[in-house]
Amino acid sequence: MRKTECLAMILAGGQGSRLGALTKKIAKPAVPFGGKYRIIDFTLSNCVNSGLCKVGVLTQYRPLELHTYLGTGNAWDLDRKDGGVFILPPYAREKGADWYKGTADAIYQNLNFIESVDPEYVLVLSGDHIYTMDYSWMIEAHKQTKAEATIGVIEVPWKEASRFGIMSTDKSGRIVEFAEKPTKPKSNLASMGIYIFDWKLLKHYLEEDAKDGVSNHDFGKNIIPKMLAADVKLFSYAFEGYWKDVGTIDSLWEANMDLLREKAVLNMNDPAWKIYSVSESLPPHYVGPDGEIETSLISEGSSVNGMVKNSVIFPGVKIGKGAKVINSVIMPFTTIGENAYIDKAIVAQNAEISAGARVASSDGAIVVIPEGEVVLSESGTKQVG
Amino acid sequence: MKTVMGIINLQENETLIKEMTARRPLATIPFAGRYRLIDFSLSSMVNSGVENVGIMLPTKARSVLDHLRSGKDWDLARHHDGLFYLPALQSDNEMREGDLKSFYRHLDFLEHSSQKYVLLTGSQVIYNMDFENALRFHQNTGADITMVYNIQAEENTAGGTVLETAENGLVKDIAKQPVVYEDAKISMGIYLMERRLFIQIIKYAFEHGGSDFLVDGIMRQSSKYVVYAMEHDGYTAHINSTASYYQASMDILLPEVREEVFDRNNSIYTKSKDEPPVQYKKEAKAKNSLIANGCVIEGSVENSILFRGVKIGPGVHVKNSIIMQKCELQEDALVENVICDKNVVITRGKWLKGASNYPLIVEKNVVI
Repeated sequence: MRKTECLAMILAGGQGSRLGALTKKIAKPAVPFGGKYRIIDFTLSNCVNSGLCKVGVLTQYRPLELHTYLGTGNAWDLDRKDGGVFILPPYAREKGADWYKGTADAIYQNLNFIESVDPEYVLVLSGDHIYTMDYSWMIEAHKQTKAEATIGVIEVPWKEASRFGIMSTDKSGRIVEFAEKPTKPKSNLASMGIYIFDWKLLKHYLEEDAKDGVSNHDFGKNIIPKMLAADVKLFSYAFEGYWKDVGTIDSLWEANMDLLREKAVLNMNDPAWKIYSVSESLPPHYVGPDGEIETSLISEGSSVNGMVKNSVIFPGVKIGKGAKVINSVIMPFTTIGENAYIDKAIVAQNAEISAGARVASSDGAIVVIPEGEVVLSESGTKQVG
Repeated sequence: MKTVMGIINLQENETLIKEMTARRPLATIPFAGRYRLIDFSLSSMVNSGVENVGIMLPTKARSVLDHLRSGKDWDLARHHDGLFYLPALQSDNEMREGDLKSFYRHLDFLEHSSQKYVLLTGSQVIYNMDFENALRFHQNTGADITMVYNIQAEENTAGGTVLETAENGLVKDIAKQPVVYEDAKISMGIYLMERRLFIQIIKYAFEHGGSDFLVDGIMRQSSKYVVYAMEHDGYTAHINSTASYYQASMDILLPEVREEVFDRNNSIYTKSKDEPPVQYKKEAKAKNSLIANGCVIEGSVENSILFRGVKIGPGVHVKNSIIMQKCELQEDALVENVICDKNVVITRGKWLKGASNYPLIVEKNVVI
């Protein structure tokens, strides 16, 4: 059995409370995205496409749907004899049970697991970003620079910089300063929450941080600043390409709409970089004689008999005659009745929009219809839920 | 249905559908934008609870093995029973034609299975059936052999095996006819009988010079056995000619046919592929069509079926056609009443039209 050089650990335990109704029953990484996928499919596919075959997925908040979805990892080609997906929820020990108290604490509580793998490096990833990236290049850069820790960074527009963890670097790419959400950012290189650590170094810092009573046990707030203060060789790795944190209703909607642009910003159709997912065996979608589809993504098992414009339609969606779906994201197995009107909305799974119903807000805000909800035609407009 | 094992015989008659079977057997002809013909009988078996299935391979076996693989997508990758391959054994001293010799060669698979009954099907007929009904019918009638038929809707000149039955289903005659008239009872190639009897029939027929299972195993021995036949009144399509393939494909565009055949409670399983959702661009126009994931639509598609990864360029018109995997129709191309096999490229501005009752077939990999 070959020793694993780099173990990937995906943080997938967050609630994603800013996604409101969409995460009432499921964890954020399990939220549907892009007409066919779940948010976590991107990080998982990136791992397997980068040659990383041992992936720990740290779950916590409402993990049932996520655990069921991951299964044995087969869909991402991660059902291996040596390797695969390891689902890691918090667990009880002789001394008691503890929830994951922070991103660093989550990894800390799984030290035993990482010990059993004994990798050279640990790649810490978030399960709620949309992007395609070959991590093997970042690992290579980490080796070349002889870094002890490498942080993935991306250039963000200066006016957005104060929303992120900002890195200042010297000419060699070594990180000299790190500021979490600075009011006056000195650089526009934002941390992507992608870290490669030398395992021995990471272990040391996590063990120390666990003893620190005032720590938030968070990579960005605690571990990275501590490493920086101790002159650890921290290097940045610049990523170029589409990267989106879909943690809010607005950003989730925008990211879906980004997929419809004339010039593709994120290529989901690249045979060299497949995005894997679990999907039901459904026939191709059907467009009826009254169907009109323009600038949209439509998935299998759907049946379109109305107008769909600038929208993302997931599997199994039924759109009735005369219905109009515009600028919206319609999640799996939702039914949209005849003559219904939907504009700038996110409609979650298994919802039912009755014939003639209208789902649109009067002020341009995004309307969210929760999972399983039935919207009647007399309701008028609905607000963000 | 744990008492029933399945055998799918893929050594089928392909003479009238030669254009689509030059390099693949009938079983793996792509159908309905996503499937292969074998998916229907195999999925019906699995959904009926059959867990031991032997696939009797044709000589052109590669695409079958490539499609079914371990059987995982049909839930048949098991430690116990599951999917088995029964290759077509070519031996120099056996010059006999027909499928009987393959059944004979694979008798030990039958002898080592533990199920009481054998359900034998082919891949040529499209249906979504619960075989539990056939088992109950078989047990209630006390038949030795149960066959399943459907009623022919319109006269068809591709021929078929026609049954004559009494009111109670007792089969009085089985005949292979070159023309099948309206309202005839046409066999769906489905047989259910006790495993021991199946073994007996194969041994006797082969050892007495037979070459075809239906003809020498059943028809010529009909006086020895009590044969009953049951009607299947759901959607049925026999794919034995290019015309019937085209007609069945157009049938799939009807909502009532799709609702029955692709019933979510009894899904038709197929090899999984990871294709992204269909991209409709600004000028896309689609009507009455079935479009598989991975396609990019910039032109107009009407009354057609597009398989995965098909690119429809700007200004393109596709009508009444079946376009298989990864074809590319470049700017301003026009395609009407055509069946394009995989990977075909229709270059800029080219027009291709078949007749409405005789589609033009373009073979795999051709560039026009």
